[in-house]
Amino acid sequence: MIEVHNLTKRYRGGTAVDGLTFTVEPGRVTGFLGPNGAGKSTTIRMILGLDRPTEGTARVGGRPYAALERPLTVVGALLEAGDLHPGRSAREHLTWIARTNGLGRARVAKVLEQTGLTEVAGKRARTYSLGMKQRLGIAAALLGDPEVLILDEPVNGLDPEGVIWIRTLAKRLAGEGRTVLVSSHLMSEMALTASHLVVIGRGRLLADLSTEEFVAAHSGSNLEEAFMRLTSDAVQYRAGGTR
Amino acid sequence: MNGFAQATAAEWVKIRSVRSTAITLGLFAFVALGLGLLIARGFESGGPKEDAVLPVFFGLLTGQLVLVTFAVATVGAEFSTGTIRTSLAAVPSRGRFYAAKMTAVGLTLAAASLVVELASYTAVRLVIGDAAAPLTEWWTIQALLGGWIHLTLLSLFTAAVAVMLRSTVVALSVLLPVLFLSSQGLGNLPAIKPVVQYLPDQVGMVIMHLTVPGDERFGRDYGPWEGIAILVLWTAAALVGGWIAMRRRDA
Repeated sequence: MIEVHNLTKRYRGGTAVDGLTFTVEPGRVTGFLGPNGAGKSTTIRMILGLDRPTEGTARVGGRPYAALERPLTVVGALLEAGDLHPGRSAREHLTWIARTNGLGRARVAKVLEQTGLTEVAGKRARTYSLGMKQRLGIAAALLGDPEVLILDEPVNGLDPEGVIWIRTLAKRLAGEGRTVLVSSHLMSEMALTASHLVVIGRGRLLADLSTEEFVAAHSGSNLEEAFMRLTSDAVQYRAGGTR
Repeated sequence: MNGFAQATAAEWVKIRSVRSTAITLGLFAFVALGLGLLIARGFESGGPKEDAVLPVFFGLLTGQLVLVTFAVATVGAEFSTGTIRTSLAAVPSRGRFYAAKMTAVGLTLAAASLVVELASYTAVRLVIGDAAAPLTEWWTIQALLGGWIHLTLLSLFTAAVAVMLRSTVVALSVLLPVLFLSSQGLGNLPAIKPVVQYLPDQVGMVIMHLTVPGDERFGRDYGPWEGIAILVLWTAAALVGGWIAMRRRDA
């Protein structure tokens, strides 16, 4: 379970996240939707303790992220797939991450297999395609066999096969009773993956409802257009608001 | 293993798993040994006995620039590649992460410095022969010990500066010109010496017999171990600065 309460992030140039409150329940895939620059990544970074909130709190499994002694066994996160050293192999990348949380080699081998990277595990990351890097990011998120998974724009830049792989994986993980939060700026993708939606724009909560409700409310119209109408007042580009 | 030990073990995996580590440390050894040997071949006995360690330290202090590059790049890669976000998600305690990183980098620097210094000393002795500085003399041991501490702490100092600046390129652009002062001999210019002699790259000179306290031109206003003590202060200050930067900023 992820509990976000009144979460706010202000920069000198403006407000990226503005009094956001929502809860992500276990056992289902929750889509975290919003146009680019809506504050999705900033929210996720605050949940993970990477950015310090100006106000408000974020709790994972009932505790602030920073208070988790072995965080990877509670929360697994995919941020940007490119967040790795190009000179390091997949196996070594996962090995150092495993060491920080006292996880063994067996887990590294297991997640390499789960993500289909075993054969290329010894090659350096600079030789990987975006899809392979994305899989490596997922492997890192799964390393501690966590109850909570947070995937930030996991299908960005993936080919159809990769998109389907992520979609299936997210549903399977939620089916195992885990909490799964997947962010995206594509309504159509979320309609296929998520059973619940948290929609934000300009850092504010716009909607928190089941995908069914959203689809029913906009029956007859194109989902992407409905999403655009919902967020149309909330699209604005800020310097420093996105990364 | 406790959290700190685990984090340090992870940092060690990071260091040994990239090729640039072997390349830069190998280059450090090559420059230090090569230059040391080159100077040793031109060494003429008959001068002060202490001069017999000079080839070792000339080589090491030039190689130091490569060692600094290793220290700065190892830390800087964390920021330039975005690995820092993965690191802090895995180790949310900023203090623990920072301490682990500095420990792993520091131990690597200490090991590399010691091995290269001893190899260089041995090689230079073989070239110079009987005139070489004997290990039975306290001043030889003191010079080698001081040289080792100097190389280790100065490089660790630059690693901490790289954390403050969060960039390899920026850190090297600031540090290398300053560290080049010693090779340029600018530390001996009378006009700036009163201040410059206290800069971190200058304070190890006395213990390595590269300067003599009291000497009018090349001398320093402090003794060998005082110089090392000043370097300890510089390093401590940089480590504290790096910790403050690490603790406060968003990743």
